[in-house]
Amino acid sequence: MEGLTLSDAEQKYYADLFSYCDVDSTKKVAANGRVLELFRAAQLPHEVVVQIKELCGAKRLGYFGRSQFYIALKLVAVAQSGFPLRVESINTVKDLPLPRFVASKNEQESRHTASYSSDSENQGSYSGVIPPPPGRGQVKKGSVGHDTVQPRTSADQQEPVSPVVSPQQSPPTSPHTWRKHNRHPSGGNSERPLAGPGPFWSPFSETQPVSSAGDAVWAGHSPPPPQENWVSFADTPPTSALLAMHPASVQDQTTVRTVASATTANEIRRQSSSYDDPWKITDEQRQYYVNQFKTIQPDLNGFIPGSAAKEFFTKSKLPILELSHIWELSDFDKDGALTLDEFCAAFHLVVARKNGYDLPEKLPESLMPKLIDLEDSADVGDQPGEVGYSGSPAEAPPSKSPSMPSLNQTWPELNQSSEWETFSERSSSSQTLTQFDSNIAPADPDTAIVHPVPIRMTPSKIHMQEMELKRAGSDHTNPTSPLLVKTSDLSEENKINSSVKFASGNTVDGYSSSDSFTSDPEQIGNNVTHQRSHSGTSPDNTAPPPPPPRPQPSHSRSSSLDMNRTFTVTTGQQQAGVVAHPPAVPPRPQPSQAPGPVVHRPVDADGLITHTSTSPQQIPEQPNFADFSQFEVFAASNVNEQQDDETEKHPEVSTVEKASDSASSLRVAKTDSKIEEKTAASAPTNVSKGTTPLAPPPKPVRRRLKSEDELRPEVDEHTQKTGVLAAVLASQPSIPRSVGKDKKAIQASIRRNKETNTVLARLNSELQQQLKDVLEERISLEVQLEQLRPFSHL
Amino acid sequence: MAVCVAVIAKENYPLYIRSVPTENELKFHYMVHTSLDVVDEKISAMGKALVDQRELYLGLLYPTEDYKVYGYVTNSRVKFVMVVDSSNTALRDNEIRSMFRKLHSSYTDVMCNPFYNPGDRIQSRAFDSMVTSMMIQVC
Repeated sequence: MEGLTLSDAEQKYYADLFSYCDVDSTKKVAANGRVLELFRAAQLPHEVVVQIKELCGAKRLGYFGRSQFYIALKLVAVAQSGFPLRVESINTVKDLPLPRFVASKNEQESRHTASYSSDSENQGSYSGVIPPPPGRGQVKKGSVGHDTVQPRTSADQQEPVSPVVSPQQSPPTSPHTWRKHNRHPSGGNSERPLAGPGPFWSPFSETQPVSSAGDAVWAGHSPPPPQENWVSFADTPPTSALLAMHPASVQDQTTVRTVASATTANEIRRQSSSYDDPWKITDEQRQYYVNQFKTIQPDLNGFIPGSAAKEFFTKSKLPILELSHIWELSDFDKDGALTLDEFCAAFHLVVARKNGYDLPEKLPESLMPKLIDLEDSADVGDQPGEVGYSGSPAEAPPSKSPSMPSLNQTWPELNQSSEWETFSERSSSSQTLTQFDSNIAPADPDTAIVHPVPIRMTPSKIHMQEMELKRAGSDHTNPTSPLLVKTSDLSEENKINSSVKFASGNTVDGYSSSDSFTSDPEQIGNNVTHQRSHSGTSPDNTAPPPPPPRPQPSHSRSSSLDMNRTFTVTTGQQQAGVVAHPPAVPPRPQPSQAPGPVVHRPVDADGLITHTSTSPQQIPEQPNFADFSQFEVFAASNVNEQQDDETEKHPEVSTVEKASDSASSLRVAKTDSKIEEKTAASAPTNVSKGTTPLAPPPKPVRRRLKSEDELRPEVDEHTQKTGVLAAVLASQPSIPRSVGKDKKAIQASIRRNKETNTVLARLNSELQQQLKDVLEERISLEVQLEQLRPFSHL
Repeated sequence: MAVCVAVIAKENYPLYIRSVPTENELKFHYMVHTSLDVVDEKISAMGKALVDQRELYLGLLYPTEDYKVYGYVTNSRVKFVMVVDSSNTALRDNEIRSMFRKLHSSYTDVMCNPFYNPGDRIQSRAFDSMVTSMMIQVC
């Protein structure tokens, strides 16, 4: 490491670089900051940089001392020349060109080196180190592309020739060409800068700083001149002011460069913001951009459509091709519209272009639109791009610096990510999703078929009774009633129910009241009523089983109800839980009982109703639900008999019977409710059953009307049974307490529901058959009529 | 990798055509031009009513000794034609499809640019770079 021999040029060059990096003049350069920038500018792969750092001993020391720094620079030169990095190579490799540090934005940085008079080798590392902007002025020699640039380049050319010549003299030539555009007096450029930004410029003119001139240009732009300049943008010579500014900076740059005084350079560097990014937008600039944005789009969070942006930027009188390129760079998410950040970036690029800066191939970091929508960018205000990307320069991630070729690859990724982010941010997909979801939920309660509004079936006794009464007329519609809304699967169940019910013509009756019920937040009665009226009403008494309002009112519902009950109850009240649980437990005994009660079809709806009435009291909370669970519970306990009743209620007694067989469990629940309704005796049981009866109650009511007679006898039986059941239930309550019962209850209810389903299916088929028969009869009658008619016609 | 990539407008004039071996470009231009007939044939064969069902990727249009020509049509009747070297046997159909997808997406980005007038030649640098990435690196 030691023993580094440097040529004179190298010595000088390195010294300058060291001074540049040694911001604090401590003769020690920390590993971060300028050194990293420098290394980054060397365009070496990151690994090489790391290796260099290791080799030069900076890692060891933790910082770059002067010797380490020199060694590092030498290694950079070695690496750039393609030689392997080794300690020995420092001294062995002769005739190394000076390390090249190319600033990111300016490929023309190297040209600056040409202007570096002191350096025989045109490795303008020094200038390269300097932030690009200063270089730009120089570069213009090469960058043609713009008419605007050309005049400057001529000026630039002059400068290198006579570097020491007061820049003020050369530049005036170029600026003059600009002048015609300028609204500002064509005073010497030097004056301009001074007059302009003031403090920024003064140091420049005084010290003739090199590097920061470029920065100063931008910095200078911020204060007053920018306003004038910016404002003019919209008008004819918008860029005039800027241009005027630029030439000044150009002069300064050239001057400074030639001067190459480390001190001044340091000063300047200090004055300029930290490693700079010529593309950074200053506050004033940003404010100006924002104002301009507002003129087009008052909402700062909104977009500027492409056409408006096109008109706006066309005013800048840049060639369409360049504007097109600027657009490509700045429309980050490729949506054809500009957000505030994108607009600022585009505006900035236009300004830069107007000032003769070449457009980068990739969007510079500082101009990247902040993905703030999704991210919380640190610098929300000023530095759009830097949030996610600017990262500490210390990292020297090659991917970040635009100049690095690897950038091209990383940008797309970043772009994509940002695009995704911004897009997702901007898109109202989430909203649409939510809307969609919300749409799903609210079924039109009016539509019978539509799931009957998941209203908990905690049919109040009163409601149920009402329902029953209403439904008195139509047995067919019973299916709906029993169904009673089930909370969880209301929609589905409703649909199912409705479909089933409709078939049976539920809606015919005044069950429409159920509609109202469905809409009624009060669940208890509602469910019942709903089911009555709407076939579609959600019979969800129990969440899981969508016991469609099948004709087996109590059973199916009961099962579902049970579920709900069980769940809700368990969570809430003990009793409820008890009730809920009981279904789990009771089902076992119930099934056995169920068949029994099933037989008793004619169970009194009343009984059930009574049960239900009582049950609802107990399980008020679960409006739609499931009384099935309750039912099951009840069924197990008392309702078994009642189930029969409930089933009876259905016009299709036969089917009910069948249903009851399968859905006995369900029915049990229903019957439970019914039983409850019916039997006061089963009060105690009712309590437990209360949950279940919720659903059934409506049915029971109906049933009652219809088949009360039938039920009566059963009721008696049921009552007896209820007594037994009551006892059972009484015992049950204690059982279900355990949470584990819930599962059983659920499973039981599921079983019951399935049974109910099969029963209902059978019922359905039977009904279909009956329908066919009836139709046939009708046809035959019609035929007969027709036969008779002709005689009349005759 | 493609040897030549062309974007043909609906009216069958080129919006963008670029070949890698810059000599002999005329030959590629001619190939692309003749392939347009095949493209039209394939499009019309699908039937007018089947625009939706028509797949955008047309597949191999016609092979020659040295080259194979693939086609792709967008819903707005903008055609992408790609000429690949026959010797490049490793190119699978999927790769061709993905290349066309990239082309299509870049083309869409160009279209989104308000400064681009549909019907103009495509001069977007991004598009150029994307096409370059797809072309054979003839060095």
